[in-house]
Amino acid sequence: MTSVAEVSIARILKSYEGPVLDEWLRDQMAAFRQGGRISERELRSQSTEFLSLLQVAIQSGDVDVMSPSYGHVRDMLGDLSRSRAIQGYSPSETATFVLSLKRPVFVRLRQEFGNDAQALADASWSVTELLDQLALYTTEVYQKGREEMIARQQEELLELSTPVVKLWDGVLALPMIGTLDSARTQVVMESLLQRIVETGAEIAIIDITGVPTVDTLTAQHLLKTVTAARLMGADCIISGIRPQIAQTIVHLGVDLAGVSTKATLADAFRLALSKTGQSVNGSRAPRS
Amino acid sequence: MQVRRTETLELRSSADIVMARQTVRTWCIAVGFTLVDQTKMVTAASELARNTVDYGLGGTVQLEQLENGSRKGLRLSFEDAGPGISDVERALKDGYTSGRGLGLGLGGARRLVNEFEIASRVGEGTRVVITRWK
Amino acid sequence: MERIPILKMGEFLLVTIQVDMHDRLAVQLQDDLTQRVSDTGALGVLIDISSLEIVDSFIGRMIANIAAMARVLDAQTVVVGMQPAVAITLVELGLTLPGVRTALNVEKGMALLQRSVAIARDFATSILPSDRDAGAAD
Repeated sequence: MTSVAEVSIARILKSYEGPVLDEWLRDQMAAFRQGGRISERELRSQSTEFLSLLQVAIQSGDVDVMSPSYGHVRDMLGDLSRSRAIQGYSPSETATFVLSLKRPVFVRLRQEFGNDAQALADASWSVTELLDQLALYTTEVYQKGREEMIARQQEELLELSTPVVKLWDGVLALPMIGTLDSARTQVVMESLLQRIVETGAEIAIIDITGVPTVDTLTAQHLLKTVTAARLMGADCIISGIRPQIAQTIVHLGVDLAGVSTKATLADAFRLALSKTGQSVNGSRAPRS
Repeated sequence: MQVRRTETLELRSSADIVMARQTVRTWCIAVGFTLVDQTKMVTAASELARNTVDYGLGGTVQLEQLENGSRKGLRLSFEDAGPGISDVERALKDGYTSGRGLGLGLGGARRLVNEFEIASRVGEGTRVVITRWK
Repeated sequence: MERIPILKMGEFLLVTIQVDMHDRLAVQLQDDLTQRVSDTGALGVLIDISSLEIVDSFIGRMIANIAAMARVLDAQTVVVGMQPAVAITLVELGLTLPGVRTALNVEKGMALLQRSVAIARDFATSILPSDRDAGAAD
């Protein structure tokens, strides 16, 4: 930013703060017309805060919005962006907060530099650059906010969808549901091994009927878990392998030698019972 | 990235290997590793400490607690001035029992950590650096 | 010098490893066990590692050596109580324990040893010629 431009922008924001704020607010409310989810009072307070922080930052002479001078501006925008994300706003709506400031400022710049085309062009360009960078920053923070929320939801889903259940004396079952990713599989497998120790179960059935696909890493994790369980003194049976997964496993060259597998959980259960020296007998009275 | 704190231990005897294991364990807990990650790190440290004592004819291990933004980690640097390893690639492949009974455990140790670096020169010594992040 | 105690339980020997062993202690245990198996004619060795938080390649080799030595002296080896974190780490290390059976705890380990010994006995009785057969003449 040339010093002429920077002085001018700072001066405009200061002298015309009231009108700029009002016009900016009006434009923002127009954009939210459909939604109406943010009260005017809240918007006014956010806009006022932004304008004052921005003025301080511009006076530093720095052009880089990632520099320390813009620290407070970034913090404020970060908080704004995160709260808008939680409220369910689109990234564009959040970026509009910053971008819609351009028009009121340009109007005043034209008034200021009416006769000097070069100075007007410079100042306009500087303002555009600055506000674009800040708008992009809100988008990035927004993205991160959404990603963090998704990660949290995934964790909750993980806890819900992979309980280890006791099927019978000495037999545990781990019905897995959904797509397995590396991190999730690791966590789940560790908890399975822990349950084996806690319950003293010698057989664990890992049922993957509810798993649509398996990649190399996940298949390897499954194998490592079976090996670890064996080292501890328990056996695993993998059940519910769909034809597609069977193909994938062969295709990936994963060696399932020595691992008991059964098509259904029921078959696995029957095998588990026989391995632990138990069986289930029918007790229906014979028809006469 | 910052080094929050650092400590260097001597590795000259098998008692030092035990001491190294216990110290690494304490540092792992301080960084906040899960039990499984602690076990992996301490086991890797045990392997490398033994290499330093038995094969490297004694050396040191430097522990460093790292911070990279909000990420915490632990870095261990094993150094000796021993005979060095002539074929590092093969040593990494051999797993826990090398053909000549050296039991270098390098390949195994590498699988237990996030970052693994090794530099060795015959007649000058060996340096192995392992890092694990929370 | 400190040694890891070896208990005799019927026909089996029980070793409980509770300390973070330094290498010399581990080697001493190997030697002591070999001696005891030989002296007592024990049919099985039970190694309880439920207190061991770390099993590295050295300890792994010790266990494998004990199993190999025991087999030569006609005894079985069962390792019990391996912690999940240790099992996961051993798998990652690529360390298998050849010739070593495992069980979840001492009770199951004992049962396993007893079953194995019984099987071995039956096997021996069925293949070795009895006096009756040798001198049969009808």
